[in-house]
Amino acid sequence: MMNLDRTEKLLLAGIPILILLGFVLPEWVVNYIQVSLGTGLVALAVMIQMRAGLVSFGQGLYFCIGGYAAGMAGKFMGVSDIFILLIIGMLVSLFMAFIAGFLLRRYREIFFAMLSLALSMILYGLLSKLEVLGSTDGFNIPSPTYLGWAPEGDTAKHALYIATCIPALLCAALLNRYLRSPMGFIGEALRENEIRLEYLGTSAHRAVHIKYMIAATVSGLGGVLWALALGHVDPEMTNWTTSGQFVFISILSGVGNIVAPLFGTFILEIVRVYAVEASPNTWQMILGVIMLLTIIFLPKGLWSLIQRKKASAEETTQK
Amino acid sequence: MFQDRLLKKGLLASVMASAFVVSAFSSSAVAEDKKEVKLGVVTFLSGGAAGPFGIPARNAAELLIDAINKGQLPGAYSSVGLAGAQIAPIFVDENSKQKVADYKKLVQKDEVDAVIGYISSGSCKAIAPVAEEEKKLTVFFDCGTSQVFEDIITSPKYVFRTSAHATMDNVAAARYVVDTVKDVSTYSGINQNYAFGQDSWRDFSGSMKVLKESAKSVSEQFPKVFAGQYGAEISALLTKKPDIVHSSFWGGDMEALVIQGGGRQLFSRSKVVLTGGETGIERLGSQIPDGTIIGARGPNGPLAEDSALNDWFVKAYVDRFKSLPTYPSYHMAQAILGVKSAADKANSTDQAATIEAFKGLEFEVPSGKISMNLAGGHQATQGTAFGTYKFDKASGKGTLVNIKRYNAACVNPPEGMKSLEWIESGFKGAVCK
Repeated sequence: MMNLDRTEKLLLAGIPILILLGFVLPEWVVNYIQVSLGTGLVALAVMIQMRAGLVSFGQGLYFCIGGYAAGMAGKFMGVSDIFILLIIGMLVSLFMAFIAGFLLRRYREIFFAMLSLALSMILYGLLSKLEVLGSTDGFNIPSPTYLGWAPEGDTAKHALYIATCIPALLCAALLNRYLRSPMGFIGEALRENEIRLEYLGTSAHRAVHIKYMIAATVSGLGGVLWALALGHVDPEMTNWTTSGQFVFISILSGVGNIVAPLFGTFILEIVRVYAVEASPNTWQMILGVIMLLTIIFLPKGLWSLIQRKKASAEETTQK
Repeated sequence: MFQDRLLKKGLLASVMASAFVVSAFSSSAVAEDKKEVKLGVVTFLSGGAAGPFGIPARNAAELLIDAINKGQLPGAYSSVGLAGAQIAPIFVDENSKQKVADYKKLVQKDEVDAVIGYISSGSCKAIAPVAEEEKKLTVFFDCGTSQVFEDIITSPKYVFRTSAHATMDNVAAARYVVDTVKDVSTYSGINQNYAFGQDSWRDFSGSMKVLKESAKSVSEQFPKVFAGQYGAEISALLTKKPDIVHSSFWGGDMEALVIQGGGRQLFSRSKVVLTGGETGIERLGSQIPDGTIIGARGPNGPLAEDSALNDWFVKAYVDRFKSLPTYPSYHMAQAILGVKSAADKANSTDQAATIEAFKGLEFEVPSGKISMNLAGGHQATQGTAFGTYKFDKASGKGTLVNIKRYNAACVNPPEGMKSLEWIESGFKGAVCK
């Protein structure tokens, strides 16, 4: 076999479970799962950079590039096939990250954060000025087709949901594989001691560049999936508030496991929905209190709850 | 072995979690009560647009829903409830990244009978196709983009809009300028650099080209939205000395422009047109220079004609919220009264009957009469008005004088024609009284 680790098994087993849930749960919950998978992927991209000590405050840039690339392919070139849209979104993000990477790979810490933020806000300003792309209102994206198959009504909803689950979880599994690879461990080394890393014969610049490109591609994928679920894109996708949310989700859910940001995004989304329902005028306060409590009592994020249980379970089995 | 056991545990946990989710959600579905109609109300309750738009709209919704439930409205609306059914509002914040998912939740989980909402044009664009898909009566009350029925859903069944789209304001502004200002040879604009500002300038300058061919545009300023400082733009306008300065600024930006421009004689060198200037009248008073041309995104506030309904609305609003209703409040009142008129006419809260009655409906609102006569009876048109500002020192209050009214067919495109095409065609089919 392929030597799958626990997380990968969980992710692969999660695909049929999630798809099944799509038929069982009420549609509106499924809808939240679907959009959470899209934004969750971007949080995941933020998290893998965090592992290398890089905090990207502008990951919305690639989220937006992915969404707009797919949207523009649909709007101007009439492309509606989901596979082509996904590939376009990822390739454009990858290409942009390849170029921007030459600049960003030279910076660390707050400088990296601010520079990534600046780049994302440049795109925001640009898109807000472009009337052809609907300016701040954005534009709508038609429903996708699947290799020539154009489903309608409920079938279309299920098809898009399934088409979101599979790439999202596969991508997470691949990222997990990447983090366990030598390339992935370079990230940790980068965070701990860059000079020593260079002495070991690896270029820190190159490692950051590659990491940045991987994160961008994953965010682009998330952007396409999210935009297709919403049927609409607007420059808000690359605004700093959106990017900030991704950082927050990764901090809140913890960087310990690849599943954490995906799960954390959904949990936060559901908490938000019920906070709005309970108190439409002051829901941010409820959300803020929950976030504060999480940071105070679970400094390593929500995932540490699960890890702690695991650790104690291992202890008892050892005894 | 150990790994497998953990995997099983994980699976078990996720199945249990999902079972919990299912039971939690299904139990919240309440049996339908025919005596009560659930109304989803979506406006900005937080963020930058909440203060100037979202909160005044929410206030108007609370006021009207209470009054309807108690049967306190004057005239034709004095009956209790929607065709007898009490209204139970569910307020939702439009300031959300997941607008579509929130809408679906409102329809599917909260099982609302209708949704009234959306201030941002971006929201309306995203929600319109979803509302048709969900087959739920949805009334857009404020968003201005003409694209909703012109490009996005061309044959609507479930979506209505009870306010005229933004084209009307700028066409009327151009007409007012041509009607009241002598010798216009140059004009310019200062608008916020986002969709609403760009569209407003496009419509105004397009209208000027048609109405006053000899005049030409000398300067287009597009500062950032919420910039707050307009020194450079004001300098540019001062050096060009245009006869007319058009601005669709609103809220705090508009007030900043008045204060900064007023101090630098912008208003005395050029005639300034503020299409959304109405909200500043109460707050700025004498700071708005006399002679400024002011609009209110429809015949709202001080531009509304006297009527029992308007008197009641203004008085009840001031009594309850200690401030005057602004145009978002008027727009919200329009949407709620539209739904009430339709339900009362159908004498039923059944969705199909209400929609049938809503199509092409004419109804009275505080700002006058609304006719649902575009987009197959789904899009409202309304006459509008502009006025010139005059500060009355004796009473210490600003007033609008030389008010000119424009009937609906004069400032709105006819059925089947897109706004921009209509302006460029030289207002083909416009009937001005």
